[in-house]
Amino acid sequence: MSDKPNDGGVPVPVVPAGATSGAPAELPPASPAGRGMFGNHGTGDVSGYGGLVRQRQPIEETPRPYGGYFDEVRDALEEAYPAFGDAIEKVVVDRGELTLHVRPERIAEVCQVMRDDLALRFELCSSVSGADYLGADERRLHVIYLLTSMTYRRRVRLEAAVSVEAPHLPSVTAVYPTADWQEREAYDMFGIVFDGHPNLTRILMPDDWEGHPQRKDYPLGGVPVEYKGAEIQPPDKRRSYQ
Amino acid sequence: MTTSNYASERETDEGRVFTVTGGDWDTIVAGTDPINDERIVVNMGPQHPSTHGVLRLILELEGETVREARSVVGYLHTGIEKNLEYRNWVQGSTFVTRMDYLAPIFNETAYALAVEKLLGITDDVTERATTIRVLMMELNRISSHLVWLATTGMELGAISIMLYGFREREYILDIFETITGLRMNHAYVRPGGVAQDVPDEAIVKIREFLKMMPKKLKEYEDLLSGQPIWTERTKNVAVLDVTGCVALGITGPVLRSAGLAWDLRKTMPYCGYETYEFDVPTHPDGDVWGRYQVRLAEIRESMKLVEQALDRLRPGPVMVADRKIAWPAQLAIGVDGMGNSLEHVAKIMGQSMESLIHHFKLVTEGFRVPPGQVYVAIEAPRGELGVHAVSDGGTRPYRVHYREPSFVNLQALPAMAEGGLIADVIAGGASLDPVMGGCDR
Repeated sequence: MSDKPNDGGVPVPVVPAGATSGAPAELPPASPAGRGMFGNHGTGDVSGYGGLVRQRQPIEETPRPYGGYFDEVRDALEEAYPAFGDAIEKVVVDRGELTLHVRPERIAEVCQVMRDDLALRFELCSSVSGADYLGADERRLHVIYLLTSMTYRRRVRLEAAVSVEAPHLPSVTAVYPTADWQEREAYDMFGIVFDGHPNLTRILMPDDWEGHPQRKDYPLGGVPVEYKGAEIQPPDKRRSYQ
Repeated sequence: MTTSNYASERETDEGRVFTVTGGDWDTIVAGTDPINDERIVVNMGPQHPSTHGVLRLILELEGETVREARSVVGYLHTGIEKNLEYRNWVQGSTFVTRMDYLAPIFNETAYALAVEKLLGITDDVTERATTIRVLMMELNRISSHLVWLATTGMELGAISIMLYGFREREYILDIFETITGLRMNHAYVRPGGVAQDVPDEAIVKIREFLKMMPKKLKEYEDLLSGQPIWTERTKNVAVLDVTGCVALGITGPVLRSAGLAWDLRKTMPYCGYETYEFDVPTHPDGDVWGRYQVRLAEIRESMKLVEQALDRLRPGPVMVADRKIAWPAQLAIGVDGMGNSLEHVAKIMGQSMESLIHHFKLVTEGFRVPPGQVYVAIEAPRGELGVHAVSDGGTRPYRVHYREPSFVNLQALPAMAEGGLIADVIAGGASLDPVMGGCDR
């Protein structure tokens, strides 16, 4: 929407060499979407350290033992699900939470086992949501499933990553009917396509909306509002305080 | 974007004029024959007195029996999750409080707990701050359930209970105003603690409220419980059993009304709930009557919790000691709401340059949160309120997702309504207690 260069007659300062930090703090405004609100061209970071380059740490597999019930969950899944080695990309334990990174085409199978196996019993799918890791991951669209075992009072997170070019993965609605609306929301906001979903349409945005608003390359605001011929500029084009 | 279906346009002297028509309604009714077909399609909402906000229901009726029901949400979508990514972590509180506007304290607390878990300071939050959070949450639960009682009563034809419910809720909002400066949208619970301490006059008010409320609850029960119309309209209506609830992800009073005592305060405790004494009310029937009984009982349990929290309040700080995270100013309530205390303004403007710099940096830039992701869930009045927060190491949230109980619970409406009478759609929908601000976020 705002991939055009700034043509509003607003002076744009020359960026000094090395000033683009790639610092996470500047990610949303410096993403291809635009330059943030009110013509703010930098990071909005006034610490003086805006030029520092932050290295993104790749998420690494956690070595065993994980501690707590996490080992039990992994062992139970390994035993109940023969294709474990193929389906689980890595296991991460961080801040007392267990995350299984699952190959996207296997997600429905894994959920089925997680729900039905007597040693796992994750009966409730608490949450399904998307996240966009633009620039950090080749397969930048992640789907995050939060499963809850009411029997054992445990939680586990499943994460599946797909690319924007092929944003497909199987729907888990057959296993967890509650995923219905939540998958629709992830489709609406991130454009992730859940194959086998009974009715994958937009849910929060209007049916004829273009684009997927919560992707990182989708600007905040930036929708021209028409009223009697007058056009209201998107927030990042309106005025520059410089 | 095509506009033809929604608004035809024509040019006039004054500019372009749009004529807004009934959207996709024509296409929906085109499929039915109104004269020979027994089935008719009825559109209920999005503006309807008993849809709890802007919920649209499309009902296919055969006589008075609902054959199919579909709910349409999204009319109140405000993009709060997206907006959060453009503000720093503390500013997030002011956004999330506006989601479920009947339970703002819960939204804030869930968010604060998530940020604290990301920061790794969960154990540093002071005891007084945690107790105040519990106190505020339970008061908020009472006010939310009162609104449920009031609106549901009205929707089923009991107008008096509507007035009483809102009257008592107003008392709680007064207490909130004394403590936070605002009736709603408080932004009171912040990452690291709460915005400011509870004043003594608020304690007096809460004690008065606790004294008054049991009598009022008895009044509600006298008014409704024995009332034949109320029992006819609620008993065996919109039944959903435990299996249905778990499959559809329904939590909160609706799940407990089906008989499963699943309450995150007991099953996965947070904020020290395991140290409080309270019961989890359940009901065996899983109908609207059961939900009414469970909610009334929960008001009583919440009052027990408020009382215990009041007794536990000991003087102490309400914010973490870490100056890199704690809000630099002690906030104070003025005539125009909450703001920086005058002493603090005098200090940074007149005495200490370093304090001014510190204040400026923390307020404009915010603090950095180590990269990672967490999921924190609390028991909101409507069920499990979950926050999935992702940080990339910066001063702003990378992604925040709210698992809103209103959104998830509304999926149960077709299961409750189909096969029943059209009048029971209202009772069933109301018994889910959806708040569209939370549902659509």
